[in-house]
Amino acid sequence: MTGSATDRLATSDGVGTSPQRPDGALKARGEFAYSSDLWHEDMIWGATLRSPHPHARIRRVDITEALKLPGVYAVLTHADVPGTNLYGLEHADQPVLAVDVVRYQGEPVALVAADHPETARRALARITVDYTELPPLTDARAAVAGEGPELHAGGNVVRHVPIRHGDVEAVRDQADVVVTGDYEVGMQDQAFLGPESGLALPAEDGGVDLFVATQWLHVDQRQVATALGLPPEKVRLTLAGVGGAFGGREDLSMQVHACLLALYTGKPVKMVYNREESFFGHVHRHPATLHYEHGATREGRLVYVKAAIYLDGGAYASSTPAVVANAATLGVGPYDVPNVWIDCWGVYTNNPPCGAMRGFGAVQAGFAYESQMDRLAARLGMHPVDLRARNAMAEGGVLPTGQVVDSAAPVAELLRLVRQRPMPQAPGPDVDIRMMPGGVSNTTHGEGVVRGVGYAVGIKNICFSEGFDDYSTARLRLEVVGDEPSVMVHTAAAEVGQGLVTIEQQIVRTELGVQQVTIHPADTSVGNGGSSSASRQTYVTGGAVRAACEAVRSRVLTMAAARWDVPRGELSLQGGKIVAERDGVLGDLVDLLGIQVVEQTVEWRHRPTEPLDPVTGQGRAHVQYGFAAHRAVVDVDTELGLVRVVQLDCAQDVGRAMNPQAVLGQIHGGSAQGLGLAVMEEIQITDGKVRNPSFTDYLIPTILDMPPMNVDVLELADPHAPYGLRGVGEPPTISSTPAIVAAIRAATGLALTRTPVRPEHITGT
Amino acid sequence: MRLNVTVNSEHRTADDVWAGESLLYVLRERLGLPGSKNACEQGECGSCTVYLDGTPVCACLVAAGQAEGREVRTVEGLADGDALDPVQEAFVAAGAVQCGFCTPGLIVATHDLLRRVPRPSDEEIRESLAGNLCRCTGYEKILDAVRQAAARVNA
Repeated sequence: MTGSATDRLATSDGVGTSPQRPDGALKARGEFAYSSDLWHEDMIWGATLRSPHPHARIRRVDITEALKLPGVYAVLTHADVPGTNLYGLEHADQPVLAVDVVRYQGEPVALVAADHPETARRALARITVDYTELPPLTDARAAVAGEGPELHAGGNVVRHVPIRHGDVEAVRDQADVVVTGDYEVGMQDQAFLGPESGLALPAEDGGVDLFVATQWLHVDQRQVATALGLPPEKVRLTLAGVGGAFGGREDLSMQVHACLLALYTGKPVKMVYNREESFFGHVHRHPATLHYEHGATREGRLVYVKAAIYLDGGAYASSTPAVVANAATLGVGPYDVPNVWIDCWGVYTNNPPCGAMRGFGAVQAGFAYESQMDRLAARLGMHPVDLRARNAMAEGGVLPTGQVVDSAAPVAELLRLVRQRPMPQAPGPDVDIRMMPGGVSNTTHGEGVVRGVGYAVGIKNICFSEGFDDYSTARLRLEVVGDEPSVMVHTAAAEVGQGLVTIEQQIVRTELGVQQVTIHPADTSVGNGGSSSASRQTYVTGGAVRAACEAVRSRVLTMAAARWDVPRGELSLQGGKIVAERDGVLGDLVDLLGIQVVEQTVEWRHRPTEPLDPVTGQGRAHVQYGFAAHRAVVDVDTELGLVRVVQLDCAQDVGRAMNPQAVLGQIHGGSAQGLGLAVMEEIQITDGKVRNPSFTDYLIPTILDMPPMNVDVLELADPHAPYGLRGVGEPPTISSTPAIVAAIRAATGLALTRTPVRPEHITGT
Repeated sequence: MRLNVTVNSEHRTADDVWAGESLLYVLRERLGLPGSKNACEQGECGSCTVYLDGTPVCACLVAAGQAEGREVRTVEGLADGDALDPVQEAFVAAGAVQCGFCTPGLIVATHDLLRRVPRPSDEEIRESLAGNLCRCTGYEKILDAVRQAAARVNA
């Protein structure tokens, strides 16, 4: 068999190519069914009454008047929750419906089902809740200090992670230069565009079928079943179209509520949040305050880092424990630091609950440690990239957890790549005002505008950590359909926009040489797929699909070996043919299969991790690391405090670009969310109340705010990962923000210790 | 009330429409056309962009009654049967579609831009699409898609 003959048999659109998404045309036509698009005969509408107070005791809930309204089918309170009225990702501490206390503004208190959304809204207005307001706890540092009311039994510290590495006190006097800083990161929202929504159908067996947009069907199923008091098999979930996620769909929103209403009314119930409710309906990125101290030699070699990190988890735990671990273990960034002392706390307050958002703890730490590196470079008179390169981690480096980084860590190379990109032109006299700070508001033609350049690099753990049994399941079915071999892939892994469904098809084409691959809707009738988070789905569900392909191939080749009397080890599947090493094509897969169906279900795990030592923070806690670097160029109107990011360049190692177009899409999109956190995005809270729950007042980047991006993609294979791939989604969100803020500092000379940077931080007014 | 409206060249009637409903609600919940999206329902995101008598509008900001007797064209009315509109084709080919929730609104807005300005500059593209929020793509591939669509339309 010659190479050229194999080439002719190659299946197209496999791993490493960028075929069109299988759902692309449907989405472009407006025919893709998102969770808010669902409809059912005889369907009614659910709605949620939420607490107006961040902290209050509930004395009485009176639903009498709401029930009298024509068109209302049900009004439910906590007393109607048949199972356990508590849920949560890691700790079940959050009521499905509040009992005697509310701990944040927006906490669900009662539910209504009615014939029209407006009827439901009017019924909500007729529910009387007598509250006694309580003083809210809104300061995370106060919570760590033990001040304020105890919001949950056991105290207000959700988790404290210490990192003790080397001996900071012993080496302190070896540092020629010490820089300290206090930094603050505002509360960011995922702002996915498809609102929380779904449709619950009561089933004849007393169970319920729920069609919903989520990131993890099985963890939803477990929590919904517990709340409903049903066995899991009677709570069946199917993934509806997901309009973005970014961490905000890891926790439950309307899942239990819609099922409760459907079971009580015996009717299909649809729930759709509007944008304001969405801001109250999901967790946000933890706001953080961070104190850092970096000691270095006069040559710029880091001697030690000491840090205290406070993450405000809000009213319920959500994924705060894991976010705390990330901020702590990744707290010094991708640098070799021999001596580290970090304390990181995540706490309960009466602010909105915080949990997963893209970057997950690494974003908050990244803003602080990169700000410190710039401060240190300035003190030493070094270029910020030179200082970073001098301390850059490489393969074989050791993290503050003691874990050795055992695959590529091209930190210095990524910085070099963004540094060597050509600079954008300075704005000339004929500049288009749309490209100036203030843009079409026509606030400047260049007067008062200064330019700055900033750099940053970041590190993110990929997949779930700390000993979590992190796996996925893939069911594959190979059969002949319409005279063509065809493979159906069935997983419970959530396609949230990232392109997992395309990757699954590509893997099957590469592994089995079958062109026709269909994707079964994701649901709970197949095994757990794990979460579409932690940049893990291509790695873990991709790994499961590949393993299932191997199982299918093994069976097919066994059949072929028997039929043609050739050793199985000499056979392969290519281009829909059975191919032997010496004799070439033996026959068609179609003929071999006939009417037979080859079906295999495989569970696949990445290599195990281990918990952190609770006293020292040491342990092999993470599976894999992702790295990205950014260079930002900004123009700042110093009179008005307006910023325009002129160019944002990124370099990232992805191990293997499974789908180059999708890789770029993740890097562009992650960088944009980092830009948002740098200059505009913050949920503003006063005394526990959200002041800007709308896209009028919570701004996300528009196409005018995003600059052109140049991207370098490295493919340094990780030998431990399927195809050598490295999770892509989160790293670019980490370094984007500090690079942009560094550029604003460089332009203005201001210290700027808080992100997002607001105009008044620049003008000082 | 009863609403009479022409949608994608078809005369449509919706009964029992509450006066407070938006054109977006009627399209999505009464006429079986959920392609126009409900991302913010307050005119900030552009995901519900439709043509109303040939002018792009946010369907969430149009009261249902205001559409009485008028002509609406939604994203579902752009393709010619199985053949995608060149703008739709370009969005899929360029990788401008991720979660896709912004896609229908961006496609209608781009369709309108290219009718008015067949060869837009990047600055014109950015200004024209500034009312359409996307959270996934960072807009780079959307710019590519609009450039590709312009090339296809002008070919």
